[in-house]
Amino acid sequence: MHTFLGVDYNQWWFLVFGAVISGYAILDGFDLGAGALHLFLNKEQSRRIAINAIGPIWDGNEVWLVIGGGALFAGFPVAYAAIFSAFYIPFMVFLIGLIWRGVAIEFRSKEPMRWWRKTWDIVYCVASIIISLSLGLMLGNVVEGLPLNKDMEFTGDWLYFFNPFAIFVAITTLALFMMHGAIFLTMKTENRLYVKMHLLSNNFTIFFVVSFVITTLYTLLYIPHLSDFFKARPGYFVIPLLMTLCIANIPRQIKKGKYRYAFISSAVTIALLLIMVALEVFPYLLYSPQHPNNSITVYNGASSQQTVKILLIIALIGTPLVATYTTFVFWTFKGKVKLDEMSY
Amino acid sequence: MDVEILARIQFAFTIAFHYIYPPLSIGLGLVLVIMEGLYLKTGNRIYEQAVRFWIRIFALIFGIGVATGIIMEFEFGTNWATYSKYVGDIFGSALAAEGIFAFALESGFLGVLIFGWKRVSPRVHFISTIMVFFGSLFSAVWIVVANSWQQTPAGYHIVGEGLKARAEITDFWAMVFNPSSIDRLLHVWIAAILAGAFLVLSVNAWYILHKKHLEIARPSFKIALAVATVFSLLQLFTGHRSADGVSKYQPAKLAAMEGHYDSSSRADMYLFGYVDNRNGRTSGLKIPGGLSFLVHGDFNAPIRGLRSFKPDERPSQVNSVFQFYHLMVAIGTGMIALTLFGSWLWWKGKLFDKRWLMWIFAYSVLLPQIGNQAGWFTAELGRQPWVVYGLLKTSDGLSKIVTANQIIFSLILFTLVYIVLFVLFLFLMHRKIEHGPVDYGTREEIEDGARRDNPILEH
Ligand code: HDD
Ligand code: HEM
Ligand code: HEM
Repeated sequence: MHTFLGVDYNQWWFLVFGAVISGYAILDGFDLGAGALHLFLNKEQSRRIAINAIGPIWDGNEVWLVIGGGALFAGFPVAYAAIFSAFYIPFMVFLIGLIWRGVAIEFRSKEPMRWWRKTWDIVYCVASIIISLSLGLMLGNVVEGLPLNKDMEFTGDWLYFFNPFAIFVAITTLALFMMHGAIFLTMKTENRLYVKMHLLSNNFTIFFVVSFVITTLYTLLYIPHLSDFFKARPGYFVIPLLMTLCIANIPRQIKKGKYRYAFISSAVTIALLLIMVALEVFPYLLYSPQHPNNSITVYNGASSQQTVKILLIIALIGTPLVATYTTFVFWTFKGKVKLDEMSY
Repeated sequence: MDVEILARIQFAFTIAFHYIYPPLSIGLGLVLVIMEGLYLKTGNRIYEQAVRFWIRIFALIFGIGVATGIIMEFEFGTNWATYSKYVGDIFGSALAAEGIFAFALESGFLGVLIFGWKRVSPRVHFISTIMVFFGSLFSAVWIVVANSWQQTPAGYHIVGEGLKARAEITDFWAMVFNPSSIDRLLHVWIAAILAGAFLVLSVNAWYILHKKHLEIARPSFKIALAVATVFSLLQLFTGHRSADGVSKYQPAKLAAMEGHYDSSSRADMYLFGYVDNRNGRTSGLKIPGGLSFLVHGDFNAPIRGLRSFKPDERPSQVNSVFQFYHLMVAIGTGMIALTLFGSWLWWKGKLFDKRWLMWIFAYSVLLPQIGNQAGWFTAELGRQPWVVYGLLKTSDGLSKIVTANQIIFSLILFTLVYIVLFVLFLFLMHRKIEHGPVDYGTREEIEDGARRDNPILEH
């Protein structure tokens, strides 16, 4: 095993992959959340502003998913193959959702008719909800583990995915994104819409906290092994503690009208949640509870050391580049949304 | 139907649909760079309006390209799990590089391109346009490298056996610059540029025919014609290089492209024809010994024929490979003739006089599209039965656990979604083209610019 700074290459790649997924959840999370609450806005003008708030950036955000897919494929091809062939049906639903979300944003503004815009508003909202739920459903199942055979292939059928834990995770994910998206929109809007978003931010924060607590209780009661990591290493309780503080900070900042801080808090919450997930599952990428020997880990599911090394180099060169132009684009579109003739 | 056929149909359908859009994005990208460059250089508002108009169209095409592209990225895992494990080391790296180096660049700057007119200076906007164009060029690099590796593997070794066998990189640069990468990349790039240039030609020819927006349509037409002429000629050259590569590294594909069966005889080159694969006979209008001449410079040199390959190691759809290949070459030749003729008229100052020529140009957008699809079908069907040439059979690359019903479900879903998407795409394109390159600035800007340079815009 080659190592770098005392950490082996596979672990490094797991970190990179985790970082990309967190980046995706944080960035596309607010687009998806904004989409999921779209129908709560009832005026044409508000809807346009909401869409234009994410208009210039959502596509760049979605690219993190593409990078994540590539990162998994390249570094852990066995896991990539097993996960996507296992999640065939939910994944197809997820993909179709992505298609419609993208084209709804694109198409909505192209015609002035009311029925046209209403239809795309509904498509946009429903697609965002479906994407968020299916992401959460798959995440829940990955965390719980799937039955795998000797060839590390899934042996269940598609109904298997609809178990209570995964459904709770799905709803929590949706709530999390809606909160995140609402805060983002509050940051981007003015006047009446701002007041409305303020209210919605509060409501979705409550929605998130309730579903999060239920999911956590369910986990502790019925899937105790998922908290083994933290029970064995009490020092790490800092992380859930930090996360609780972050969540508590959100309504506080909202109240004070400091939306930028609230937004940062909810972004950090997402990151911490995923870090907890990563700690619980590591070193497994896909755990097989029935036959632990068939599980896919960051070692038996990985590419060769040579490949992982090349990937790390690519990431090292690529990350500063992506960071630079992402910052440039976000900076260009900072501030409140103003509609002009090139807007959606 | 069995899983293999279904998975292949699904792959072919989704990638072919995706491949309508990326070439247009790449080609339009170049046209945008040229137009915006001219605008910055001359300050002429005509170019600005043209750029604004084409950026709107670009956004629409790009949007569908993204939506359909995401599907492709994950389809390898869903339908071709064994293949994914086999090539993950190699193909995965290329896809990861594509995400980081290409898509992030493209999608990031796209926002500035579309929405940034007022937020950044014209120079920064121009740089963003160039970045988007580069991003789309890069994305072609990685995906073509990955596909070329499948055609002509290099820089790897195989570890493990049976289901666990996989290719591992031994030499990254040898993998990237495998024998066919460069030739195919150039060929694909040029084909994409042609797709964009011909779209611009078509739309402007239509305006010219209908006497609309002439002040913008004529200069735009000329820009696109210049691009199309240069690149049509170049395409002949890169196509020849690709064929040369195929003759060295994929002899079975070459034989299928010309329907050549008998190893002991010289190989003919057909202008058109028909292959009867069952009896191993090809008929049609041909240049006797033409292929031998192209490959060896000698009309009588023998060329390895299909019969010398084991039946399960040669393409089964020989007639299709033959037809697609000849269709592509015919289109390439036709594009050269068309653009050269247009350029000649332009030189004589009579470009817009011939209405029939404008009618041909108005429909010419289909040529590169058909050429692109035919090219990929030639390359991919000719590669069969291998998914990785000489190493892994397509039938062994499938996901073991995915059932025919799951594929049918998703295939129906995709078909329906894509039909709706395509209809909407055509509808919106039509509306945009009908609306024309007007009113895409702020009102005063347009009004004042229009009065200055463009009487047609006053309406
Ligand atoms: C010649 C170039 C070319 C070829 C052969 C392909 N693509 Fe493509 N693809 C592009 C050129 C492109 C592009 C022009 O760069 C697009 C169009 C819109 C965009 O964002 O990038 C794109 C979009 C695009 C996206 C969305 C990126 C985003 O969110 O911005 C993905 C995931 C893929 N493609 C994946 C694939 C796969 C897996 C292919 C083959 C099996 C493939 N493409 C063939
Ligand atoms: C690197 C990217 C690519 C990979 C890994 C790849 C791989 C494959 C695979 C696995 C199949 C199914 C098996 C079969 O050949 O029947 C296939 C078929 C096909 N691919 Fe590619 N391909 C790639 C790029 C492309 C692109 C960009 C196109 C563009 C149009 C394309 C066109 C086709 C077509 C038309 C078929 C259908 C052939 C058939 O019906 O058998 N391929 N390819
Ligand atoms: C002018 C004569 C042309 C010749 C001799 C030619 C030759 C070839 C050959 C031999 C291949 C197969 C390469 C392989 O399997 O590795 C190919 C592929 C291809 N061709 Fe052409 N071509 C020509 C024109 C065109 C035109 C006009 C277009 C589209 C506008 C086009 C688009 C493509 C595409 C997209 C591919 C698949 C990618 C690849 O394999 O490189 N070609 N061509």
